[in-house]
Amino acid sequence: MDVKTWTYLIVGITFALYIGIAIWSRAKSTSEFYVAGGGVSPLANGMATAADWMSAASFLSMAGLIAYSGYGGSVFLMGWTGGYVLLALLLAPYLRKYGKFTVPEFIGERFYSKTARVVAVVCLILVSVTYVIGQMKGVGVVFSRFLETDYNTGLFIGMSIVFFYAVLGGMKGITYTQIVQYVVLIFAYTVPAIFISLQLTGNPIPQLGLGGDVAGGTPLLAKLDAVIQELGFNQFTTDVMGSKLNMFMYTLSLMIGTAGLPHVIIRFFTVPKVKDARLSAGYALIFIAILYTTAPAVAAMARLNLTQTIQTGKVGTLEGNLEYAKRPDWFKNWEKTGLLEYHDWNGDGRIQYYNDGGLGAAQYARETAKSKLVEAKKAAAAGDKKAATDIAAAQHSIATADQHIAEEKIKHNKTPFAQHGWQGNEMVNVDKDIIVLANPEIAKLPGWVIALVVAGGLAAALSTAAGLLLAIASAISHDLLKGIMRPNITEKEELKASRIAMIGAILMAGYFGLNPPDFAAGTVAIAFGLAASSIFPVLMMGIFSKRMNRQGAIAGMIAGIGVTLLYVFQHKGIMFIPGTTFLGDMKENWFFGITPNAFGAVGAAVNFAVAFAVSKTAGPPPKEVQELVERIRTPGD
Amino acid sequence: MADPDSSQQRRRDYWRENLRIMAWLLAVWFLVSYGCGIIFVDVLNKISLGGFQLGFWMAQQGSIYVFVVLIFVYVRLMNKLDKKYGFDKEDESESDKKEDA
Repeated sequence: MDVKTWTYLIVGITFALYIGIAIWSRAKSTSEFYVAGGGVSPLANGMATAADWMSAASFLSMAGLIAYSGYGGSVFLMGWTGGYVLLALLLAPYLRKYGKFTVPEFIGERFYSKTARVVAVVCLILVSVTYVIGQMKGVGVVFSRFLETDYNTGLFIGMSIVFFYAVLGGMKGITYTQIVQYVVLIFAYTVPAIFISLQLTGNPIPQLGLGGDVAGGTPLLAKLDAVIQELGFNQFTTDVMGSKLNMFMYTLSLMIGTAGLPHVIIRFFTVPKVKDARLSAGYALIFIAILYTTAPAVAAMARLNLTQTIQTGKVGTLEGNLEYAKRPDWFKNWEKTGLLEYHDWNGDGRIQYYNDGGLGAAQYARETAKSKLVEAKKAAAAGDKKAATDIAAAQHSIATADQHIAEEKIKHNKTPFAQHGWQGNEMVNVDKDIIVLANPEIAKLPGWVIALVVAGGLAAALSTAAGLLLAIASAISHDLLKGIMRPNITEKEELKASRIAMIGAILMAGYFGLNPPDFAAGTVAIAFGLAASSIFPVLMMGIFSKRMNRQGAIAGMIAGIGVTLLYVFQHKGIMFIPGTTFLGDMKENWFFGITPNAFGAVGAAVNFAVAFAVSKTAGPPPKEVQELVERIRTPGD
Repeated sequence: MADPDSSQQRRRDYWRENLRIMAWLLAVWFLVSYGCGIIFVDVLNKISLGGFQLGFWMAQQGSIYVFVVLIFVYVRLMNKLDKKYGFDKEDESESDKKEDA
């Protein structure tokens, strides 16, 4: 069987399984819909939590990010696992003891304020919607490759499947489906990793293979460092992301963001007891750690394989570079999706893939602007009056690009690459999100392994999307509608409302998925920043400070998320003007060199500080609230 | 347990011990990730561990293993603490609400 048949077969079987479970375990009551009736075992919940939480970002993007950022990628590994320690120690047991349905519900009752509850709902929706966008991008990428269509068509197909799937199952259905999805995704992630590790190092355990030796006896990491350094890239094992401070803050943002993610927190409402909530966090982290300790191996091995596929021999010799005409099939397939692009700058018919300092990107920007100019001129000839501004804009872009090319050329001419006759990096676009999907093909693994990875990527994206949609739907139907607007609605009406809310959420996410603000993991990192700056601090203060009152909590949340949003939006506006990305990320605007994605920790600090200052202006919370705090601090008597 | 004062005292003592356990575990959590993985990574990278540099290994592998161990240590210690203070017989209805009142 060929790859395509395998893919249809395996993806078809897994989809049939998910849909079957969703139909079989449809929620009949609100308790089943929101928290699966509160009777899930810690082990099952741990597995479901792992699938819920390991998203398209973990499965598809993370290894790609690490492949290109090396040591700097550690922020994702530590950040997205260390958060579970915080969750287990600081939040999960106490929120389970509180024992209701949603996170805003706790905030509303602890801070005896409907305003606090509404602010929490707004934060939750901002976080969850941003996060869903990342999943949509992931689904779009998988489908575009799997069905060999363009990205947008892939996104639409993905949307309809998530749509059907999430509206059908409540938390009960989602929980059981997520358990199956975990099995699919972990299998899909580790099997190719084992194969590749065996091929490269002879060790079947990727975690050990990463520290193993490649053929010839050099350690894998040392070999990788040498190969990419020769091509002008930074050393893999020491490549710091921005600065140490930025890495520190990024890791911290991801950790406290993980602990503040509503869709993860509500999973701990589904276990029977406080004790189970703690244990469940431990199981969840084991299941997560299996993927997370495999990811760095996948990353390093993929980077080595990809580099050596293109740079087949000695740097500087003509035969050292792959001939474009002889490029492998996976290369051609990814070119069709537009996620991999090649441009032959020096016209030698071969591929040069190296760090040129930005020359290739500048030349590519000029090409793009040139084709825009041609289009605009055509439109002008056809009588479009607005085309004149497009022409001017394109001409301006060309002029800017020319200037950059001139500057870059001077720098490039001083490198040894110029002497080899290289004229800029010819892999003008290598989307990092494709690394995991392309990895088995690059390593020439059998068709069923490739198909398995496709199914795994979809399982990861679907399970997280379902969990997020549930969090959004419950916030709207349970907190806004039932809690504030219409307390008297029946359970049946509430159920219906939550399903409608889900439909709304997915349509919005789909729209943003068409215009994603960053690659999948980047988008998710923003969601983490928002969760870190709003939800985590308010929950922590609600449990650990009896003195914290409504005024402090509301002011803190607004200040925290406000500061973070301002910082992110200010940068996103600059960063996403097409053609300017190769300028770097406007370093001078950064707060102590901290990237927008790493800013959540600063937002959290602002939240804490503002909350404490403002809480002093008013008295302590009422006696019954203080008693509530006392009560949630200890397991039931 | 019928006496509200002793019940409150019991809660406070439990909470204090809980905070101490938490502080120790979080200290380890900080040390392995931010300490070994980021702040002192260059120093640790001078030590090699098989094909790994130790700092790199801590950042991409070691810290994750320690996190898992930390949570299970926490589970164990807290179960013991629950037992010590008689909070282990859990009942999901909020019966203690009445007891405090």
